[in-house]
Amino acid sequence: MKAPILRTLFGQQAVAAPPDIEAAVLRSDRFRLEREGEWQRLEAIVTRMERGRLRGLSDDDVLALPALYRTAASSLAVARETSLDAATLRYLEALVQRAWYQVYGPRIGFFAWLRRFLGGGLSQAVREIWLDICIALAVMVAGTVVGWLLVERDVEWYYALVPTDFADTRVPGASRQQLLEALGHDGSTNGLSAFAAFLFSNNAGVSIMAFALGFAFGIPSLMLLIHNMAVLGAMLWLFNTQGLVVDFAAWLSVHGTTEIFAILLAGAAGMHIGRNMAFPGKRSIMTAAAESGRRAAQVMAGVVMMLIVAAFLESFARQLVTATPARFAIGGSMLAFWLLYYFAFRRTMRENLE
Amino acid sequence: MSAGTAPWIARQQKRRRDVVTPEGIALPFTVAGRGARFGALLLDFIILYVGMLIFLFLAMYIASGAGELLDDKKMSGPVEMIVVIFFVGMFLARYGYFMFFELGPRGATPGKRVAGIRVAARDGGRLTPSAVLARNLLRDIEIFLPLVFILTAQSGEGGAAAIAATLWFAIFMLFPFFNRDAMRAGDLIAGTWVVEAPKAKLLETITTAEAAAGRSSVADVAYRFSDAELSVYGEYELQTLEKVLRDDIPTAMVNVHEAICRKIGWNPGAGDERAFLEAFYAQLRAKLEGDMRFGKRKKDKFS
Repeated sequence: MKAPILRTLFGQQAVAAPPDIEAAVLRSDRFRLEREGEWQRLEAIVTRMERGRLRGLSDDDVLALPALYRTAASSLAVARETSLDAATLRYLEALVQRAWYQVYGPRIGFFAWLRRFLGGGLSQAVREIWLDICIALAVMVAGTVVGWLLVERDVEWYYALVPTDFADTRVPGASRQQLLEALGHDGSTNGLSAFAAFLFSNNAGVSIMAFALGFAFGIPSLMLLIHNMAVLGAMLWLFNTQGLVVDFAAWLSVHGTTEIFAILLAGAAGMHIGRNMAFPGKRSIMTAAAESGRRAAQVMAGVVMMLIVAAFLESFARQLVTATPARFAIGGSMLAFWLLYYFAFRRTMRENLE
Repeated sequence: MSAGTAPWIARQQKRRRDVVTPEGIALPFTVAGRGARFGALLLDFIILYVGMLIFLFLAMYIASGAGELLDDKKMSGPVEMIVVIFFVGMFLARYGYFMFFELGPRGATPGKRVAGIRVAARDGGRLTPSAVLARNLLRDIEIFLPLVFILTAQSGEGGAAAIAATLWFAIFMLFPFFNRDAMRAGDLIAGTWVVEAPKAKLLETITTAEAAAGRSSVADVAYRFSDAELSVYGEYELQTLEKVLRDDIPTAMVNVHEAICRKIGWNPGAGDERAFLEAFYAQLRAKLEGDMRFGKRKKDKFS
């Protein structure tokens, strides 16, 4: 229940007495006085909508909104040509603009959008940037190979590539035992979910960066991808020296299939913008940037979602499941799930959207 | 009445953009000033970080209580829970705050609302959720990264590479200064812009029959102006006079009254300024609007 004071302060204003149209001498004033009742009704409806109090609107008001909007818009067009009353013109311009925001405003709420987004919008956006995904994939594979080859030729590269917080015991010359330990876990769950949350906000930051940098014609996104994958290549080489590459791949795949997929999508999304801005075709650069930006932003929302999943996999599943086949099973099924979600069920997704 | 167009009006005109609605009406939008946007951003961050701090203190308070209760050196379940909520909450707050409010019916965060501005689609279409998503995802490289780089470059640790990176990120930060519509990189990507949110009340009509006929309520006279006397002024002066009448400041009215009398060669009296000005306004407007219907417009006194 609302306190009465609120109603008087923020509620409807007292209804003004009907204007005396006959008393007005100027034609433009008569024009205004004849219509201002409708304008004020429109203003009241729009004000309510802006406050988000849709429930308070009667059916009549909702039905009247488009008609009232068009009346006000045509009043504005007429008033511009016949009236010099600056205050009325200003009022009408503001009113038509406000009504325009409501009439042509977003029709769906946040949750309706989310449902549609998860039920097809996201996977469609991902499919639409397939070319960039292919390029990003090629770049990432190349980055991994480059990392491997560089370290194979000169071990010093390992220290240049791998950040120091990864290079604790996992350094060239480490024994097989040490490397195995790095892959294992003692099996307790203490602190894991906090670790997951930390990983998530860290990874989400990195992938948003990969996306945001795509704005500069995609080149920084590519560099970020190459660098990250070169680290992976270097680590793969390290574990290979002790014959542990399969175990390492299994250890990584638990969350890696999700996380690397997410980074791939983030880089592709960034590159999508960059590519469209560099080669806009027949569109203007601005339109191309806006179109691709909106599409890429949807992909990015999916990336953040994947990273949440990846963080939980990394901290729980990877640390608790230590057998190599089981790890592969988890990673593989996650990968299959994402691929199915994004690329299969195309027809049903389309139908859902329309 | 001032001569020519006032500089602030010229500036205002520079920021006006017409968007044609589906009804064929050209709606004027005013691109929000960079100062207003910066102020709005500052306010939003203050709200956001004060909120986060309160949240942090609350979390710490609860965590310390839970820690004492369990008396455990390791991270206990409840504490861990709080840490998780804290991290995810921070992330969601940073991105969710802007998205939630900009998707609302006002298209503005609380800071923008205070500054009187809002987000709109640049092409006159709908402001879609994906556009709002896109414009907010870029905020990190526009504000936080440049700041980080500028701060580290000052200490001179990174050398030439850090300076180059700083310059590179400064481009993003200064992006709004390099285009006419004051768009930041996020706006460019999303196809949005930030415009002034219009707020105007319907004011009273000031031309009553009495004033237009020229009858004064104080002095027992009727002001009638000849065509020649009315044709010294144009639309700009008319609207300035309208503002003077609406503001209703006695000293201003005395001055304007005097100026008009001097211009049309009348002998200014005293005490009946408002009635005189109302009569002059009504008759000038009647004349100008009459001309307008015949397609003749007089912009100001010089034309």
